[in-house]
Amino acid sequence: MHETDMTKALILTVKDWQESQKENPQIACIHLIVGKFTCVEPVGLQFAFEVQTKNTFLEGVKLVIEETPLIAFCHSCKTEYHPEIGIQYACPQCKSPMDDIRSGRELKIDRVEYLDNYAPNF
Amino acid sequence: MHQTFDAALGINLLHVNQTGADSNRAHFDEWGITCLNIMSSPGAGKTVLLEQTLQALSSEIKIAVIEGDMTTELDADRLRKYNVPVIAINTGRSCHLDSRMVAGGIHQLEHQYNPTDFDLVLVENVGNLVCPAEFEVGEHLKVALLSITEGEDKPLKYPIMFQQADCLLITKIDLVPYLEIDINRIEENVRQMNPHVKIIAISAKTGAGLEAWLDWVKSQVVATPLVGKSK
Repeated sequence: MHETDMTKALILTVKDWQESQKENPQIACIHLIVGKFTCVEPVGLQFAFEVQTKNTFLEGVKLVIEETPLIAFCHSCKTEYHPEIGIQYACPQCKSPMDDIRSGRELKIDRVEYLDNYAPNF
Repeated sequence: MHQTFDAALGINLLHVNQTGADSNRAHFDEWGITCLNIMSSPGAGKTVLLEQTLQALSSEIKIAVIEGDMTTELDADRLRKYNVPVIAINTGRSCHLDSRMVAGGIHQLEHQYNPTDFDLVLVENVGNLVCPAEFEVGEHLKVALLSITEGEDKPLKYPIMFQQADCLLITKIDLVPYLEIDINRIEENVRQMNPHVKIIAISAKTGAGLEAWLDWVKSQVVATPLVGKSK
């Protein structure tokens, strides 16, 4: 269950970010980008996030995971193609090996949505 | 009323592990050590490969082993017979070594020995084809093992491990006569996602392919710059 470790890293990173902000912003939502060509299962991340944030500053915060497809570029055909994970990785046209991955390896904390705790009197 | 804001982070989920791995590699570079991360599913033959490697090379290359095992020191004990430092790391229930665990091993190497004496550190990862592929530990090169009893399709099903490997050892080839397996198919499956990988078919039982593996290891040790070494 390496999703557990990744979630730990995620929580620490977000905590660092929050502490580095002046107004101690209240986090509402965390956006991740997870490529399909990684060893990470979004469902596992969601579950680990829910469990590990219980009774912490992130309890109830939404985790939104955007998955990116595996896209490779074939230098012989000068074209992008979508390898079929588990079945076929070489270029479907010319059978050249998958040598240039353009998308699908992302594992990124993309952005956070937060509420400003500074409440002005209207 | 609260207003909602957006803050772009753009931080890799694994950046903590990656920073640790870079720091480990910097230590190895400083000491003139080549580090190989050896990975496979459980039972593919990592430990026996290490035994034969230590037996053949420990007189000409100074080797240390960092041994990751979930609960026991069984593997570490097997390797200690070859009179090389074997640093055992119990990973507990974790399914892979990470850079922090290996940093603990490096710390021991640094304090119990003279690290600049060593040429090669072999890290035996936890048996697993999934997680170790994503967690760099500070290695210079990744070695993956696939035993022929696992089947030709495994590189397709566990692509990250085989796509990341610098060297693939196809092990237990003495069993070819008893199995319906096509080694060429394994190679094709790996090469369609990793065209530059070095592939060696090997048998620990008959010794087939062992020389080619040892030559590859030696060539990698020589290839690493000896920053901190006075030889």
